Amino acid sequence: MTPKPDLQALEKAIAAPRGEFHRDYLQVKDLRVSFDGFVAVDGVDLVVTSGDLRFLIGPNGAGKTTLIDAITGLAKATGSATFGGVELLGMPSHKIVRAAVGRTFQTASVIEELSVLQNLDIAAGMGRKSRELLRRRKIVPTEVELALETIGLTGLVNAPAGVLAHGQKQWLEIGMLLVQDARCLLLDEPVAGMSAIEREQTGELLKRIGEQRTVVVVEHDMEFLRNFANSVTVLHQGKVLAEGTVAEVQADPKVIEVYLGETHAAA
Amino acid sequence: MKTMLSAYQKSSLWIWLAIAVAAVAIAPLLLSDFRLSLLAKYMCLAMVAVGIGLAWGQGGMLTLGQGLFFGLGGYMMAMHLKLTDVGPGGVPDFMMLYGNGEVPGWWEPFRSPVLTVILILVVPAATAFLLGWAVFARRVRGAYFAILSQALVAAFSLWLVNQGTSTGGFNGLTDFKGFFGYSLKDPANKRMLYFIAATVLIGMVLLTRQIMRSRFGELLVAVRDQENRVRFLGYNPAIIKTVAYTIAGIFAAIGGALFVPIVGIISPKDVGVTPSILFLAGVVIGGRTTLLGPVLGTIALRFVETGLSETYPAFWTYFQGALFILVITFLPQGVATLGPWLKRMAERYRYRRTKKPAPARAAETIETPQLVGRT
Repeated sequence: MTPKPDLQALEKAIAAPRGEFHRDYLQVKDLRVSFDGFVAVDGVDLVVTSGDLRFLIGPNGAGKTTLIDAITGLAKATGSATFGGVELLGMPSHKIVRAAVGRTFQTASVIEELSVLQNLDIAAGMGRKSRELLRRRKIVPTEVELALETIGLTGLVNAPAGVLAHGQKQWLEIGMLLVQDARCLLLDEPVAGMSAIEREQTGELLKRIGEQRTVVVVEHDMEFLRNFANSVTVLHQGKVLAEGTVAEVQADPKVIEVYLGETHAAA
Repeated sequence: MKTMLSAYQKSSLWIWLAIAVAAVAIAPLLLSDFRLSLLAKYMCLAMVAVGIGLAWGQGGMLTLGQGLFFGLGGYMMAMHLKLTDVGPGGVPDFMMLYGNGEVPGWWEPFRSPVLTVILILVVPAATAFLLGWAVFARRVRGAYFAILSQALVAAFSLWLVNQGTSTGGFNGLTDFKGFFGYSLKDPANKRMLYFIAATVLIGMVLLTRQIMRSRFGELLVAVRDQENRVRFLGYNPAIIKTVAYTIAGIFAAIGGALFVPIVGIISPKDVGVTPSILFLAGVVIGGRTTLLGPVLGTIALRFVETGLSETYPAFWTYFQGALFILVITFLPQGVATLGPWLKRMAERYRYRRTKKPAPARAAETIETPQLVGRT
């Protein structure tokens, strides 16, 4: 049996209805990041509401990953980025995570020597007391079990994360975000290197997760974008070039010029 | 399947514990008093190794300066023994000879046995915690951390030498007569010290085993392999590293404190840069990521060292060098991983003989975590 994400299990994993989910939104105001004089992000404004599946696109060097780095405390930035009313800029990364903002990286960075279960268990445990930490794990936490079903890795629960296929690692990362109860998910190229079927499954997974959470996806794959994006923000040279539905953005002459034009020409 | 596995693990713990207790009990019957006190000395060094195994093997912190904590524990114990030897209000011999005949104020707390034991635990723990926090919160890691810890231990031993009138200087503190009221001349008391060292060492190994199997142990491995990723799981890696480093520091200090009555001397050359590096030797050769590798590696290496340097004094250094090269080339994870390595070799050999397809790579790697890091 090839493992694949189980969407029915996901319903259970993210069912917990909370009023706050609907009020949550990510708001970025006049965000600027510069490295030694080079301006990577130049005054970006962005609002992503809960229930939206926002795709962030743009040519190489447009500042997509830097924007995510800035929001999650990896890159120093000026301006403002809030989620659920909490200012994120200036907070250390681990506290931003505790404010329910989670992210993944371009290269899947699961902890290879630990098992799938251990990876998820660590992700679920940031609120644990030190007394709990010094004990062994006796039972599998419920949220971990649900996440395992969701990402279709129940059969590989004791396998070291290092032996997983590339796509499975990315799913494990998404599972880790689910168990750490991130309500804002920033995903950096989650389907890079995946097969067509895996892309399809990941897209469905993200769509369902996006129904109740704030999800931002950085992606290069235009077909994936057309199939799953609710809305799109196009970045170019550190600035927002266009924003809207897929159709609106595709019809925008500026976007066609700097970005889609290249793709069309190539195709 | 799951319950069978945990039952197996449980029984394996009891088997190992029984072997350890039996070995500790039999050793006095087989070894002369001289060899037995050597074994006790090596057990004290193995306590440092257990801590290094935790901080370096599990946590990835290359602790090149454990001599600092070993020395703190050792010197505090030595100060107490010196003061009790001369009785209440008395002044240790070397202070009469080289100093102004007065006991410095910071020696005074060590007249009390209770306070001494508390300070031996608290001072190194506080030092390690503050040092660890200052270093790891600033994200100093890898070689920079190793150099820093080594610079500190160099400064510490230099300070000990320079403060001759209050620390005994280059000669250190020596010539102890009693240990908490028991004469150190009596062979029965020396044997008792051996049993104390053995019990403490086994206790440390059991504690480390618990830490390695706990969720904290999993986190520590995660921090070692993916420090940044752990930050994005909502943890502060600096705290996790500091805790492991502090535990290693306390283990080293206890080792130093027991080293003093067993060996009868502590001097700057027991705590400086060279001994700090040698603490790593047994850990590397035994297997730093395993539970028992550092302990057995240290004790075995020191015995080989003694044996070889007694017979061929010039040969030991070459042997140690050759051993390092062999272990690092063929068993980079240490001798404790010899079993799995032999198994792999046997499989490869069988495969060549029969030309059967090799077992799936995945199945092979799934097994290893059971063998490495969990004993």
